[in-house]
Amino acid sequence: MKPLTPVSPTARIALGISFFALFIAVWSLATFGGFVSKTFLADPIMMVKSGYTLLTEMDFAKDIGMTVWRVLGGFLLAAVLALPLGVMMGAYKPIEAFFEPFVSFARYLPASAFIPLLILWAGIGEAQKLAVIFIGSFFQLVLMIAVVVGNTRRDLVEAAYTLGATDASLVKRVLIPGAAPEIAEILRMVLGWAWTYVIVAELIGASSGIGHMITDSQALLATDQIIFGIIVIGLIGLISDLFFKVANRKLFPWAQLGK
Amino acid sequence: MSILSIRGVSRSFETAGRAPTIALQATDLEVEENDFITILGPSGCGKSTLLRIVAGLDKQSSGEALLDGKRIEGPSAGRGMVFQSYTLFPWLTVLDNVCFGLRERNLPRAEQLEIANAFIQKVGLRGFENHFPKQLSGGMQQRTALARALANNPRMLLMDEPFGALDHQTRELMQELLLGIWEAEKKTVLFVTHDIDEAVFMGSRVVVMSARPGRIKLNREVPLPHPRHYSIKTTPVFSELKAELMEQVRAEVIASQNIAA
Repeated sequence: MKPLTPVSPTARIALGISFFALFIAVWSLATFGGFVSKTFLADPIMMVKSGYTLLTEMDFAKDIGMTVWRVLGGFLLAAVLALPLGVMMGAYKPIEAFFEPFVSFARYLPASAFIPLLILWAGIGEAQKLAVIFIGSFFQLVLMIAVVVGNTRRDLVEAAYTLGATDASLVKRVLIPGAAPEIAEILRMVLGWAWTYVIVAELIGASSGIGHMITDSQALLATDQIIFGIIVIGLIGLISDLFFKVANRKLFPWAQLGK
Repeated sequence: MSILSIRGVSRSFETAGRAPTIALQATDLEVEENDFITILGPSGCGKSTLLRIVAGLDKQSSGEALLDGKRIEGPSAGRGMVFQSYTLFPWLTVLDNVCFGLRERNLPRAEQLEIANAFIQKVGLRGFENHFPKQLSGGMQQRTALARALANNPRMLLMDEPFGALDHQTRELMQELLLGIWEAEKKTVLFVTHDIDEAVFMGSRVVVMSARPGRIKLNREVPLPHPRHYSIKTTPVFSELKAELMEQVRAEVIASQNIAA
């Protein structure tokens, strides 16, 4: 193996799948081999079976739908507000000086710690779930977008000015398109974080959602259901990641060049 | 009448707690219509600073720079610039890069395309309109940057070592290309370089700058006729001027080394 030498696409897929296989093999060995008690860790077949039961008899699809809706709702709300603010902060230094210290402070406030407060304010309904996601992703998005926009190559900015660009068109035609692929990458990453917040929000005071199912299963010691729930979250994460990657490749073909 | 007047332009940089660093001493330079002025000097002599002040990308500490009698206050499409670094917008194709300034002027798309295609043709990039900058060689990127600047029909073309990052052979071809375009379009050009061959071959006048703090040390007309063919580089007139400039520049490079030491 040589450092930084690329692997072929087929080898990449084969290697990626083989670790999943290895993971399942170790899991099977631990559970079928009797090394771990079934009370603590269900085996893969039990997990699949109970997953089937969950989906066919216990309306788990509705829980998944609720969770996806909450993540997307809270995240979209955060993204729609964070995009303009982040771009403005990156482009205009006084605006950055005004917001940056507070946003830096706010992003270290753990979203999950707000849950009791949010329940007090917004009850245990959907508004509270969305608010948790929003708090968890908004400040991160703002800061990261501001940094990317602020890092625009200065020689490109100068070139644009010597071509007659105005300040407004510099933002519109240089700062935003130049930062767009990296902003898309930030959205992809923060959406992943939003998934961790939604489960926390659903562990407390929820009557539906994947997190709610997991808390219910805990009371019944149904580790098979808990694991199924976790795996569903992982799969949805994987799919949304894939979706973002494909979309980025389609939207920003130039950013893929020379990689 | 001169189109660009540089009068007592200097540039110094403030550093906290220390005497300001003078990058450029008070400099005077008159540039006539259709001049092709090459500015030669050791690195750090302030030649790029001077060019950036004319571009409006840097502010002088004293004096004034006038374009057609009007004080230069900031960058504008009237002074097109080609940089040493590759400054094509990576998210735009060659065609859209060349259209950038035209779009900024809100020209109708059809007109933009007509102008852009003409200049893409002139720099020999026909067939590459839909390539992205990263798909082009360094020389092709600089040719696109040249087309992009020319498409705006600027009053002056400012070039800051535009071929500095290119290999020797590509650079010579680029010089001929630019010279050919200049001979055809009759633009006024200010061209910064540290390559003496380049300065003599391209320039109608060569300006030599001293070591830091820079000032204009020599302002010499190049007695070579146009159109110039690359074989002119082997003529006695060329060699003589080159030899003289070499002495002048060498003295400054040595001086700048002594300052650094």
